[in-house]
Amino acid sequence: MHGIVTIVQWAQNWDMSIKEIQEEIVDEFSMFEDWMQRYEYMIELGKSLPMIKEQYKTDDNIIKGCQSKVWVHAELEGDKLVFTADSDAIITKGIIAILIRTFSNQKPKDIIDAETRFIDEIGLKEHLSPTRANGLVSMIKQLKLYAVAYQTQLN
Amino acid sequence: MIQTVFDILTIRKDFPILNRKVNGYPLVYLDNAATSQTPQKVIDAIVEYYSNYNANIHRGVHTLSQEATDVYEQARQKIQKHFNAAKSHEIIFTSGTTHGINLVANGFASFLKKGDEIIVSALEHHSNIVPWQMLCERTGAVLKVIPMSLDGKLVMEEYHKLLSHRTKLVFCNHVSNALGTINPIEEIIAAAHNIGAAVLIDGAQAAPHIKADVQKLDVDFYVVSAHKMCGPTGVGMLYGKEEWLNKLPPYQGGGEMIAEVTFEKTTYADLPHKFEAGTPNICGGIAFGAALDYMNAIGFDAIAQYEHELLEYASKELLAIDGLKIYGDTKEKTAVISFNIEGLHPYDIGSILDKLGVAVRTGHHCAQPIMDFYKIPGTVRASFSFYNTKEEVDILVAGVRRAKTMLS
Repeated sequence: MHGIVTIVQWAQNWDMSIKEIQEEIVDEFSMFEDWMQRYEYMIELGKSLPMIKEQYKTDDNIIKGCQSKVWVHAELEGDKLVFTADSDAIITKGIIAILIRTFSNQKPKDIIDAETRFIDEIGLKEHLSPTRANGLVSMIKQLKLYAVAYQTQLN
Repeated sequence: MIQTVFDILTIRKDFPILNRKVNGYPLVYLDNAATSQTPQKVIDAIVEYYSNYNANIHRGVHTLSQEATDVYEQARQKIQKHFNAAKSHEIIFTSGTTHGINLVANGFASFLKKGDEIIVSALEHHSNIVPWQMLCERTGAVLKVIPMSLDGKLVMEEYHKLLSHRTKLVFCNHVSNALGTINPIEEIIAAAHNIGAAVLIDGAQAAPHIKADVQKLDVDFYVVSAHKMCGPTGVGMLYGKEEWLNKLPPYQGGGEMIAEVTFEKTTYADLPHKFEAGTPNICGGIAFGAALDYMNAIGFDAIAQYEHELLEYASKELLAIDGLKIYGDTKEKTAVISFNIEGLHPYDIGSILDKLGVAVRTGHHCAQPIMDFYKIPGTVRASFSFYNTKEEVDILVAGVRRAKTMLS
């Protein structure tokens, strides 16, 4: 799998809008022919996830509704929200990495307004079900909640 | 090499769902401990009921109602015969194991006082812990737990120490859902009876594999769900000794469970109707009977022998994978393998297996105390049925190896 796609540098995304990043992710995933390549890529993405600092891996920062543990931390840098995260499961890490790549370094308002239909387009639709054990829906909700909280702070 | 004691290919043809594909691969269904698949004969019984004699039971004078009543009551007798209950009115139709447990727990509320003790095992499903905690909150009774050992067995010396004149009720599953351990319920029942305590056994995980004889066990209450043994969901049975069922107050009020009603007083119907308020799951009860017919035609001895061979083969093949650990390593177990691979999350393994068409359960299996005991987030659980094959074990093992390569 290594070499199919080089891992996108997070830094390159800094000036892109959420929509542009989502289009880029959809493009990347369109290269894969089967689920295995998609999963292998997600596993790679998981490994490149901006790692949350140990001090933030607290029970308070765990997202409920996942079979695996997911910790998320949010911090304002200027007028942009920066997310870091971790999970004890690798595929879950890959999923959260995709979300963070989309939402991190964005303005809270843009995060609140963002669509997440691209998840469907990259063949991860099955993960979107609210009852799905990995809690993708809970993750999106939590990231948006952070955005709402920081938006209030900015106002 | 597995010596099939029956014709596995013919048996597989009885289950239409086994022909389907999942994510482009033939379905390998190894989540039987969660729910079993349904043979055509049971599906036919459901279709037959709704096509030919759907009617409310026990009250209509018309032919359809009488036909439905007859077949429903025949199903009760099939269940009675299967579990060898002395009387058919000792069989109460429920919506499933959880309903049966709550019915008994609720009934015991009127017998318990502060300081009385209820004993449960550390190997329980959540549904077997919560009703007792609620009962203790209501009555002031105290919950005691039989501890488990690392190999997934109950520590029986500790159980005997817990028993006292304060013990009123002992609850334990016949087989652990998370690990497959077969518990020594004969010893548990006899020791509880010695000090005058009643015993409820959760037979949900045992019933698909072991034919329990409630009279021989001398158990006071035994509960099962039909959907774990080739029947439909939403129906199950509570067996209770007649003397106990007469003592317990009704659980729910409604139609069917009354003899006479005035605004001053209601007298309750006789057993089993006292505990069957409202229109029951008629079709479900009938299909439950059909499921027992189906399984008994194959034979529980043959089923047990075949599943044991599958278990031994699967255990051997899985243990050959480097870093794989099986939890609940006892000789006395049903065809359930709960495992982890060192350094990998069960959720990741389960997700990849799903992509390969292999259905397993991942997580804590509603038995968090057991996972806490082992200090793990959960396990991957493959649970086998008599319609699974050695070839499916091979697909599972290859899938686990593939997952391991992808995830490492």
